[in-house]
Amino acid sequence: MNETISAKTIRTVIGASSVGTMIEWYDFYIFGMLAKTISTQFFPEGNSTAALLSTLAIFAAGFIVRPFGALVFGRLGDLIGRKYTFLLTLILMGGSTFLIGLVPGYKSIGIAAPLLVLLLRLLQGLALGGEYGGAATYVAEHAPANKRGFYTSWIQTTATIGLFIALGVIMAVKLNMSDEQFNKEWGGWRYPFWISVLLVIVSVYIRMRMHESPLFSKLKAEGKVSKNPLKESFSNKANFKMVLLALFGAVMGQGVIWYTGQFYAQSFLETKCGLEFEQSRTIMLWAIAFATPFFVFFGWLSDKIGRKWIMLIGMLMGVVLYRPIFSTFLKDTNVKEWMKTGDPSKYTVIEPAKTDTISKGDTVLMHSKNKLEYNGIRFTEEKFDTLSKEMGYTLYPPLSSFEKDKSPTYAADKKPVYSNVHLSTSTYWKFVGLVFIMILMVTMVYGPIAAFLVEMFPTKIRYTSMSLPYHIGNGVFGGLVPFIGLLLTTSFPSDPLVGLWYPIGVAALCFIIGIIYLKNGIDEDVTD
Amino acid sequence: MNTLKKYLGLIWLILAPVVIYFLVSGAITHIDPNGKKDINNPVIWIIIITIFTPIAIGLMIFGWYALKGEYDHLPDNSNEIN
Repeated sequence: MNETISAKTIRTVIGASSVGTMIEWYDFYIFGMLAKTISTQFFPEGNSTAALLSTLAIFAAGFIVRPFGALVFGRLGDLIGRKYTFLLTLILMGGSTFLIGLVPGYKSIGIAAPLLVLLLRLLQGLALGGEYGGAATYVAEHAPANKRGFYTSWIQTTATIGLFIALGVIMAVKLNMSDEQFNKEWGGWRYPFWISVLLVIVSVYIRMRMHESPLFSKLKAEGKVSKNPLKESFSNKANFKMVLLALFGAVMGQGVIWYTGQFYAQSFLETKCGLEFEQSRTIMLWAIAFATPFFVFFGWLSDKIGRKWIMLIGMLMGVVLYRPIFSTFLKDTNVKEWMKTGDPSKYTVIEPAKTDTISKGDTVLMHSKNKLEYNGIRFTEEKFDTLSKEMGYTLYPPLSSFEKDKSPTYAADKKPVYSNVHLSTSTYWKFVGLVFIMILMVTMVYGPIAAFLVEMFPTKIRYTSMSLPYHIGNGVFGGLVPFIGLLLTTSFPSDPLVGLWYPIGVAALCFIIGIIYLKNGIDEDVTD
Repeated sequence: MNTLKKYLGLIWLILAPVVIYFLVSGAITHIDPNGKKDINNPVIWIIIITIFTPIAIGLMIFGWYALKGEYDHLPDNSNEIN
């Protein structure tokens, strides 16, 4: 049956599914990327209820609601069909995103503001949980057996393209206004949320014109639709053991590789390496732009040589290369060490020190800021120092002439702090290359996985069965990368790369399970 | 290979309670009402342990199935699952 579907139809199917899924990812990401501004507007510091709601909005949406959405919409997709279910998830996601952009701030409506934002964020998580399985199943059920990996790989590009567009839209809005205009209550930070509704309307219109998946329509016509997809997926031992195998032998490792390459890398460059905002973002944008075509390449390749080895090699690369890659990031931006042990004659002062002084009683806090260059890398050095009468210095001007009681919020510290690291051109492109390698691993584990999951489960419970492991793997195992990283860094502070042992460990475990338990076959016939 | 699959099943069976033990002991060590980091926040630990417990039980079941030889033969076609 699949062979009779025209090339034009399949292009429309892929386009309609991919654009919608990409928009859902965009919607989900902009909340995370604007978390700081959203927090100021809706979750003010010092209010314990708002803090609790903020924690729930960040953690519950990814960890609990996404897998729950997979169950709710997976069931629906197996009962009423793929088309209407993933149409519903798109409307739910787009509506929630648009409404977040309309909620007045905490200053205007008090605690109702964080409550509404929490509710809408949870709806976003729910919708995301239902979208992917529908889109992947819908495309796979239109695809011929020898092109299933290739066609579904377009769906796999959407998570990365959604990230790319979210980064781009936020940067574009931010660069066209002042920080004050962007961050105010009805400021520019709301535009990315409002833009979403236009994208969703177009996508809903396209999806409305699509037909139901031919395999599901056939099943429905024959009266073979599952009566209870949840029960059939998880209480039928033959199917449940495949759900477990999909999770522990493939998706768990894929989730941590995906998260580490796309999100942890960026956060590491900003926080541990101190890279300036623009460079850290553009490094990601370049790497994503270069690597994205490989989703399609590995999807296509998986049709030729099978899915298993491509995914497992991607995981193995993560296990072997993460520490050397992140270690290079640290080594090439280790300004602190260079300043301690390097040759002082090699430093160039770009901007001489600007010193601010703040007085508090008989003590003066001095804050000086230098812009320096070493080995072609520019950075800011900040020094905090304390001067007081007890030290025996004679100050000019005298302490009494400093403005009184500015109540400094930082502690005096003689250790310099380095930030705003600006890489030289060669180091910049080296970093782009290293992030590219990490995203290449993402394309290897993620490109073939939709076809792999679709082929594991029968049509009547496919949506439910593949959605749950996918969202546990990505939402829970992937989403835990920063938290476990922080936990490990706090427990073993001497190793700055200790946080990587979590993604390395999970990927290694998944690699072992995958290599021993998974088959490399391609299921030619998914019409069952 | 099937013997290896079975023996490794034992490891997956044991690994699941070990993971839960480390999560609970991590929570006890790091929860701190005065702390400002995510790892000091009890709500986050409750969410993580709540969601991870069924996953760990799933890993135990996976180990049990492996031990019983359920993965000795995998279906060649999803039709076999029906």
